[in-house]
Amino acid sequence: MMGEWVILWTDALIFILVFFSIAFGYYAAGKEHLRGPWRLVVRSRVGVSTLVILSFYVIVGLLDSIHFHPLLPSKDQAGQQTQSAEVISLFDHLVTPLRVRQEKTYSAPLATHLYAKENIELASGEVIRDYPRLTYGGAHLQHPDQEWSRDIWRLTGIGVLKGLLVSVVVTNILIALLAGRWKTSFGAVAKVLIKEQTTVPWRVLLATLSSVILVLFWCVELSSHYHILGTDKVGEDVFYQALKSIRTGLLIGTLTTLVMLPAAILLGIMAGYFRGWVDDVIQYTYTTLNSIPGVLLIAAAILMLQIYMSNHADEFNSLVERADLRLLFLCIILGVTSWTGLCRLLRGEAMKLREADYVQAAVAFGVGHFTIIVRHILPNVLHIVLITVVLDFSGLVLAEAVLSYVNIGVDPTMNSWGNMINSARLEMAREPVVWWSLLASMLFMFILVLSANLFSDVVRDAFDPRLRSSR
Amino acid sequence: MSDILLKVEKLETWLGDGDRPVRAVDGVDLTIRKGETFALLGESGCGKSMTALSIMRLLPPVGRIKGGQVLLGKTSLLDLPEYAMREERGGRMAMIFQEPMTSLNPVLTIGQQIGEAVRIREGADKKTRDQRIIELLNSVGIPDPARRVHEYPHQLSGGMKQRVMIAMALAGHPELLIADEPTTALDVTIQAQVLTLLKELQQKTGMAILLITHDLGVVSEVADRVAVMYAGQIIEVADAKRFFQQPQHPYSEKLFQSLPDSNKRTQRLAVIKGTVPALNQTFTACRFMDRCHRAFEACHQAPGWTQLQSDEGVRCHLAGQAAHWLPDQKQVQSQQPVDEVGRQSPLLDVKDLKVHFPIHKGIFKRIVGHVKAVDGVSLAIAPGKTLALVGESGCGKTTVGKGILQLLKPTAGLVAFESDELTQLSAQALRKRRADLQIIFQDPMASMNPRMLVGDIIEEGMRAQGVARSSTQRRERTLQLLEQVGLPEDSASRYPHEFSGGQRQRICVARALAVDPKLIICDEPTSALDVSVQAQILNLLKSLQQSRGLAYLFITHNISVVAYLADEVAVMYLGRIVERGAVEQLLTEPKHPYTQALLSAVPLVDSEAKRAVIRLEGDMPSPANPPAGCHFHPRCPVAMAECQKAYPELRALPDGRFVSCFKVQEGL
Repeated sequence: MMGEWVILWTDALIFILVFFSIAFGYYAAGKEHLRGPWRLVVRSRVGVSTLVILSFYVIVGLLDSIHFHPLLPSKDQAGQQTQSAEVISLFDHLVTPLRVRQEKTYSAPLATHLYAKENIELASGEVIRDYPRLTYGGAHLQHPDQEWSRDIWRLTGIGVLKGLLVSVVVTNILIALLAGRWKTSFGAVAKVLIKEQTTVPWRVLLATLSSVILVLFWCVELSSHYHILGTDKVGEDVFYQALKSIRTGLLIGTLTTLVMLPAAILLGIMAGYFRGWVDDVIQYTYTTLNSIPGVLLIAAAILMLQIYMSNHADEFNSLVERADLRLLFLCIILGVTSWTGLCRLLRGEAMKLREADYVQAAVAFGVGHFTIIVRHILPNVLHIVLITVVLDFSGLVLAEAVLSYVNIGVDPTMNSWGNMINSARLEMAREPVVWWSLLASMLFMFILVLSANLFSDVVRDAFDPRLRSSR
Repeated sequence: MSDILLKVEKLETWLGDGDRPVRAVDGVDLTIRKGETFALLGESGCGKSMTALSIMRLLPPVGRIKGGQVLLGKTSLLDLPEYAMREERGGRMAMIFQEPMTSLNPVLTIGQQIGEAVRIREGADKKTRDQRIIELLNSVGIPDPARRVHEYPHQLSGGMKQRVMIAMALAGHPELLIADEPTTALDVTIQAQVLTLLKELQQKTGMAILLITHDLGVVSEVADRVAVMYAGQIIEVADAKRFFQQPQHPYSEKLFQSLPDSNKRTQRLAVIKGTVPALNQTFTACRFMDRCHRAFEACHQAPGWTQLQSDEGVRCHLAGQAAHWLPDQKQVQSQQPVDEVGRQSPLLDVKDLKVHFPIHKGIFKRIVGHVKAVDGVSLAIAPGKTLALVGESGCGKTTVGKGILQLLKPTAGLVAFESDELTQLSAQALRKRRADLQIIFQDPMASMNPRMLVGDIIEEGMRAQGVARSSTQRRERTLQLLEQVGLPEDSASRYPHEFSGGQRQRICVARALAVDPKLIICDEPTSALDVSVQAQILNLLKSLQQSRGLAYLFITHNISVVAYLADEVAVMYLGRIVERGAVEQLLTEPKHPYTQALLSAVPLVDSEAKRAVIRLEGDMPSPANPPAGCHFHPRCPVAMAECQKAYPELRALPDGRFVSCFKVQEGL
């Protein structure tokens, strides 16, 4: 089923990011000052439940970041399997039914008929004007108007049942694992969990996980026969679009910080540590950059890129690659405009730290500047970096939506919440109103941004020494 | 009795909850009579501040009062509802805190802040209120109160701010003033001013003062009665006079012995071994047993309270036997060979060192003036000797240290170390030379990177200087150093925050020693530490000096430490040295009026030897704008017309010391 792998630029970067996150996690595990706050994070109820939701998003995003050419079912003359020129991701492959079951045009969530009347030619040859049946949505029903609601309930029931089953299994596995680790009996662990006497709020974690699983199975069950969030203008499943947009949102939120971090950290610490003319140069740079409206800069860069791409169309193998490059550029340009805040914070902190007694002591030992920065200053500002990254994430996801809305965001062919909202602009104007695209994108974005915000609050509380001491 | 103002009975305050709460206050009883000064003495972490906060019911959110009773007059404070308690706070009792800087709101004028207290207490219309504010400021001795009313806290000096705090506390005519380390953040001359003020106010208003302090000197200056606190309990209550003659508890006894002074120069200071026990446990034995030098079998049972006289008592099995205790065997150190200072060629020779900080103003950052933090300081230290640099905060003594180390670039002057002129060395050569000069800071916690292991912290210097090449050599040397400063071997793989204050300072000493320095600049190394811990560090420094022949430049404001440790003393005022000489000479017979005032302001533990305090008026002027002529003349009690015109040169007197004063030079 899978042909040649395709590694897009953003795929590569995202896996580098994953690699570094794991490496950092490994490094942090050995350092008490980094491990301690994370322990606080996983001990907070909000922390674990948002973590579960975020990891669902991350899993979808990562699955959607493994791209390949699918093999065609037909074989060529030499008996070789041929592969399609199209590029799809592992996630696309998993949800193939959602992807390929395209209707003709708009249909409401869970509908069995199209949203617009059409001329239908009956078997008798007579032409009537009515809502035609959908090709896939509810196609198994003989008499949709009578069976529809019962069928929905039936599918809901099956989905919930499956979901419950799976969550019970997951819960049991977890309890068994914990029992093995704590070296106690299964029952004892279960009792402790239910009474929530554990330091890590496992009960909250399990509850969140179970609800995610329930919703997931419910959606899977329903979407096997219906379009649960309707279809868009060209008949594509909106649920699928919203899921695909997760990757775009995550990428914008994370890669942008990845782009800005080196500049912000390096320049910020340099400015604060060396002072003098170095400080002046860096300060003037970021003050200047800050006073250019970010949107203008982004618009200019994206338009330039567009012209470049249309002039060199032959350099791109597929639409996906083209859209991907544009996304990458958007990340870079967003990064260029957003590093100043962190840089300013770090400058102030480095300025404070260079006067710290331990830095003075290091100077008195004749330790070099570079070593002082790496050994004494950088580890002591890492918590600020971490807090900023997590706090910026949700802002960037929202920024993408705004930019796509004014048409300087990601490529129009790329699935993103911003694009969905952008197209919803026209749909909201038609009569009857097509509301589900907007709702779907809002819902997915809202859940992601809300959990990211709550999570970042927890992270900030855990890392902020002033808040920590007051507890 | 009717004259009892405050009665605290079996007060218990716990911090935090969960399995092991910290029992910060564990059954405290005390009574304060009307109009007396009651001192609550104890080391940091013994629960004395928590006791005060419990009485005021101002505990932090984690704290709660578990039991006991607090009676102010006839009112039971712990049973009052919050709104009634608000009436009491600032009404019948008021509190002042250690940090006057953070106790005042920086965006309100002091008039507004005092006015608020007056308004709550007296209501009154604006006119009478304004009058009352000026009256209050007058009563705490703030000059020109009508003008000061409109000033903001940052325009006042530390001593002034503390006076404003006292004025606010006085607004409600309190019967009890709780003063939580009111002078700890202040200089000795200012401390003397504030203590005198408190005494005067007490005489005028007849209020009682609960003075919380760790400073035995302050206690002996002002207290009528003393309670010593240890590990959440009061272990001794006594009349102040009697307390200073004959402490009853072994802990109090040791505290006195651990105080440094000139008589103990030849011996090691007594130390209390170990540290204060963690308070999150239940004690069955005596809390002091592990550290007590008089412990015996009975101590495994916690001692009860023994009433010795009507209002004196002690919590010890040995109660009442103190009179028979013999002084400890003095551990006499081998006296170092006495050789004349100056015969040897000096190790460090500083000539006319100046460190000026430019003041920038405007968008182009033009230099409009200089803060002359150090303005022409000359000093010399012989190998193996200790020079103490004494002065109040802001006089530039720390800047001298940093200027010598080239941590701050000197504006002018020469710093000769052995054969090298440090100010002229290239960055590369200076880096090599740095192994010979090291520094120990005041706050041991701030001087170690909290993200590094102790082993790495100690190795840092070795690595930078290439002292030990291989990592095994370095590791070995680290362990040696840890042993030398009296820390266990496993310290190397722990983080600084796992140690107590004294242990941290030991780590800092080990770190400085790692590169085999010849001179260590000690920047107030003991002022952040408790008395008993201070003694440990001073002992360590002294023995290291003997075994390694180290020279110290000891920067401090603590005269008793100087008397114990230094060979020579230099007194600084506003960026310049005003008097320099051998330690016995200078401390027993100071010549410069500033030195005289400084020494007389130091509170003495020995209550017999009371002497007249020379009160210095006002505060130290800003080094950005020093007074014309002699810098000291505006505050000098013996200033002459000549003093306003020219700065007196530092001249040698016949007895070998140097003084910069016209009066002294005239008298010759």
